Amino acid sequence: MSDARSVLIDPLIDNNPVTLQMLGICSALAVTTALLPALLMCVALTSVAALSCAAISAIRHRIPNNIRIIVQMTIIASLVILTDQLLRAYAFETSKQLSVFVGLIITNCIILGRAEAFAMKNPVGLSFLDGLGNGLGYSLILIAVATLRELFGAGTLLGYPVFDLTQNGGWYEANGLMLLPPSAFFIIGLLIWAIRSLRTQQVENADYQIHEVHRTDVY
Amino acid sequence: MPDKKPIDRDSMSNTLLVAVSLSLVCSVFVASAAVVLKPVQERNQELYRQRIILEVAGLMHKDADVAALFANIESEQVALTDGSSAEVYRVITDGRLEQVILPISGAGLWSTMYGYLSVAPDGNTIKGIRFYEHGETPGLGDQIDKPDWRAAWAGKHIYAVDREPQIEVVRGFADSSSTASLYQVDGLAGATLTGNGVTRLVRRWTGTDGFGPFLASIAVTEDDET
Repeated sequence: MSDARSVLIDPLIDNNPVTLQMLGICSALAVTTALLPALLMCVALTSVAALSCAAISAIRHRIPNNIRIIVQMTIIASLVILTDQLLRAYAFETSKQLSVFVGLIITNCIILGRAEAFAMKNPVGLSFLDGLGNGLGYSLILIAVATLRELFGAGTLLGYPVFDLTQNGGWYEANGLMLLPPSAFFIIGLLIWAIRSLRTQQVENADYQIHEVHRTDVY
Repeated sequence: MPDKKPIDRDSMSNTLLVAVSLSLVCSVFVASAAVVLKPVQERNQELYRQRIILEVAGLMHKDADVAALFANIESEQVALTDGSSAEVYRVITDGRLEQVILPISGAGLWSTMYGYLSVAPDGNTIKGIRFYEHGETPGLGDQIDKPDWRAAWAGKHIYAVDREPQIEVVRGFADSSSTASLYQVDGLAGATLTGNGVTRLVRRWTGTDGFGPFLASIAVTEDDET
């Protein structure tokens, strides 16, 4: 049982797909200008991740090795199309803002990565939890980034005003940079820095160590 | 799945079986989702189109009931020179014609752009423009959706002396000191080709093959009334 627990909880901080594995950065930059589309994206990605992992795990003993990636992609793509259709039907306005990024969940490395690395080798229940956990880990970062960007970029949260903007006679001058893609890079970078300062075991070893070598040491 | 004793999952027969059955299951799944959800999606599209029309007319505000507001708008079919007809909308307040809203469409840089143009009852002054569907470059061409650029259209004239449309999206900024600026809208940085597309399609739809004669006719009736 603790196995299931760690599969679900680990990807939230300790093995976060965005801040530790550096996956799914593209959509994390693109859909985080406002909180609402980011939330919708989180729901879409998490459900695709959980369901595709479960589905792939269910047929893992039948999947031929040489076409396994195609099989995984077909399952993922079908679920993504279903999600996209559902969003267009029930969250039309917000899905317009997400434009191509729901479709691009197909190419999100988190999902294919979990399918190939975990779901191909583990039972259905665990795979489902693993997909769910990774989706939630991604969501956590997306929500943090989107909250900061919308709050400081537009002075609102979910469209409701929080800071009084100077253009409406208030005190807060909206930071336009926050609405541009580079700001997401800065925020994700700072988040990684913060997490690694608290959890030092996440700090990677340096690839090269520079130290003084006397030329005679070489011999 | 009923497991026979040893499945050689890499065998040709199993590969084909998995490939074919997976394709079948997934295609049925995707196709039925598309069919079942289509009516809801189409209703959304229609509501969205009505909202865009209200926005072009400047009647839309937050939390407004789209269907109720749309009830104040009369639609009519206008015959075009090529024999087809197009649906235009008249916004009438207290019995007076406030504006007419014309559907416009044409090629941008990558895509066909669909939108609406709102014209004052003089048949010449633009009141608003809005594209509701296009596939222009994000960050460049899609600036045609920006509120301040759309606001720059208000008050511009389509025609100068004759019924030949003069309105254009210029490259860079319109020189506001020249008289020509009455027919010029500032271009969008990085979106010159999309801007050219907008110029072409607005001129085409306000020209003699488009709504030119219709605009002339409403201008005349307005003159008669005053």
